[in-house]
Amino acid sequence: MAATKMLAVPLPPSPSVTNAQKIELYYCMRLTRACDDAILRLYKQGQVVGGAYTGRGNEATAVGSAFALEDRDYLFPMHRDLGAHLVKGQTLRHIFLQQLARDGSLTRGRDGTGHYADPSLRIYGNVSHLAAMIPVAAGVALASRMRKEDAVVLNYIGEGGSNVGDFHEGLNMAAVMKLPLVLIIENNQFAYSTPARKQYAAAKLSDRAAGYGIPGVTIDGTDVMTVYAVCRTAIDRARKGGGPTLIESVTMRMHGHSASDDASYVPAALLQEWSRKDPVHTFERQLGKEGLLDPDKIAALQEKIAGEIEEAIAFALAQPLPPPGDAAEGVYAP
Amino acid sequence: MATMTYIDAIARGMWEEMERDASVFLIGEDIGAYGGAFKTTKGFLERFGEDRVIDSTLSEAAILGAATGAAVVGMRPVAEMQFADFVTCGFNQIVTNAAKIHYRWHLPVPMVVRLPSGGYIHGGPYHSASTEAWFFHVPGLKIVAPSNPYDAKGLMKSAIRDNNPVLFFEFKYLYRRIKGEIPDGDYTVPLGKGEVKREGGDIALLTYGSTVHFALEAAEILRREDGIETRVVDLRTLLPLDAGLILESARATGKVLIVHEANLTGGIGGEIAALIADRAFQHLDAPVRRLGALDTPVPYAPSLEEAVLPNTTGIVQALRELAAY
Repeated sequence: MAATKMLAVPLPPSPSVTNAQKIELYYCMRLTRACDDAILRLYKQGQVVGGAYTGRGNEATAVGSAFALEDRDYLFPMHRDLGAHLVKGQTLRHIFLQQLARDGSLTRGRDGTGHYADPSLRIYGNVSHLAAMIPVAAGVALASRMRKEDAVVLNYIGEGGSNVGDFHEGLNMAAVMKLPLVLIIENNQFAYSTPARKQYAAAKLSDRAAGYGIPGVTIDGTDVMTVYAVCRTAIDRARKGGGPTLIESVTMRMHGHSASDDASYVPAALLQEWSRKDPVHTFERQLGKEGLLDPDKIAALQEKIAGEIEEAIAFALAQPLPPPGDAAEGVYAP
Repeated sequence: MATMTYIDAIARGMWEEMERDASVFLIGEDIGAYGGAFKTTKGFLERFGEDRVIDSTLSEAAILGAATGAAVVGMRPVAEMQFADFVTCGFNQIVTNAAKIHYRWHLPVPMVVRLPSGGYIHGGPYHSASTEAWFFHVPGLKIVAPSNPYDAKGLMKSAIRDNNPVLFFEFKYLYRRIKGEIPDGDYTVPLGKGEVKREGGDIALLTYGSTVHFALEAAEILRREDGIETRVVDLRTLLPLDAGLILESARATGKVLIVHEANLTGGIGGEIAALIADRAFQHLDAPVRRLGALDTPVPYAPSLEEAVLPNTTGIVQALRELAAY
């Protein structure tokens, strides 16, 4: 199966990224992968009781895009965007409290994974009907503009979810109203078991932008610097009143849809091809060439991350499950 | 006091809330420059400007999703469905997003969805539906259905001030047909409270919306022609139901007729009957009766529409059967 063709797009003048920021980007990508691995371990141990969804292969897109946001901006991530949660400032304790359905979690065990909201960080997690979040994200952009917050909303969808009517209805409304919304289609080649070629007939999904009268661009979603630069440009444009941008970020889902899916339908050759483009390893090599990383630094960083995750998991596991007597509490706001 | 139509009372409620709270805004199709398909929002654009009276794209999903998003971050949107029928196109936004947010996120979703509802207007199968029962099954929503101008304004103000998604079913049949006295200035009608419209000790007739008027006519006929006294209860709020008033009415009369314009099967009347069976069975002198529309789409031809929807004659007959039981 041929991957989506990436047409050469003129990259915007690269925003200056300091060496310290590059290390931060790398750290966030490594942290994301280590968290995902830990979640899978907890799933296999029977500690994660529902589905476990990883973002392996998507780290550059999730991290690079959220890195372009300001604190006052809003994040509407998907289930492959753990990296975006972390970049926006979510703590590991809250990530694992959610995964482990504990009482102290942001949803108090009423929902799992990244389906939480944290207004203090302006993170509003997804529902499983992913595209249904697009009109909601547009509504937040509308409210934010009414209040003159100078903020932008960053929302994500998959190549599968981009076929749902809400994608069209939400993006069209945002385009007509010139709302400060940036929408990223993470085209990771598979929607559950269905390959991209069975999802759409367009040459590339960013072509859809023309139908809304907004800019559209298809980028290599495994290159964190490209993702950051393109998102930064789109976010700046939205902030200045230029309206939405549609970004198709081409990646590969390197795991099954969820931990219960062995993804045997994915051709081995395709996985091999994309393994060579592993976003974490690619960036690691690049920073090595730039003299910013060496094996000792990488090992030290990995050790730090392992310790942080271990602490968060231990903390979360020590918390109780929500009391069953509270199950009916909170359906209505007072 | 002022005499006002049902539709003007709805508009007045929105207008006053927009005057008192800058976070209240309207969004819907044709509501601004055109003033709405029924002219409910005529004059709003001129007074409040296009930032707060938003002519949306033709998309119920976008209207309802955007209202949900705006509400989650602290605005108080009032979203208009041009007809209650068209809420199907945005159903997912109400049940998947708006209704579940507080339970999951502990964040209020202070939004109102206006749904011009029901038949008796020769609108045919796509402009006459009563869709409240679809939402009655959804935890996290509130549903109101005023029958008169006083309640329409008072419930609108309560709905806008409530911190939950409130579906505001307004009856097109009543828009300009029903007038009533409305006090000047601010008042509210509380959510979750029904009202006894007419006292009577022989039968309790529980209803809401358009059929309240047929019920009152039927009760008067029963008194005049049969000497039967019917207590007519206007439920006003459907979710949450006023269980206290329902049960008290069943216990006080021992005979209950439930009437709604919506079709019978799976209608709200079934839940009310079950509630009475569960908690007032020993007070009953007859089986609980229900009267609703026939289980069909609402047809176009006047002869067919009349045959399908409940009317005063049908209610009189049901009351007589119940009285004779």
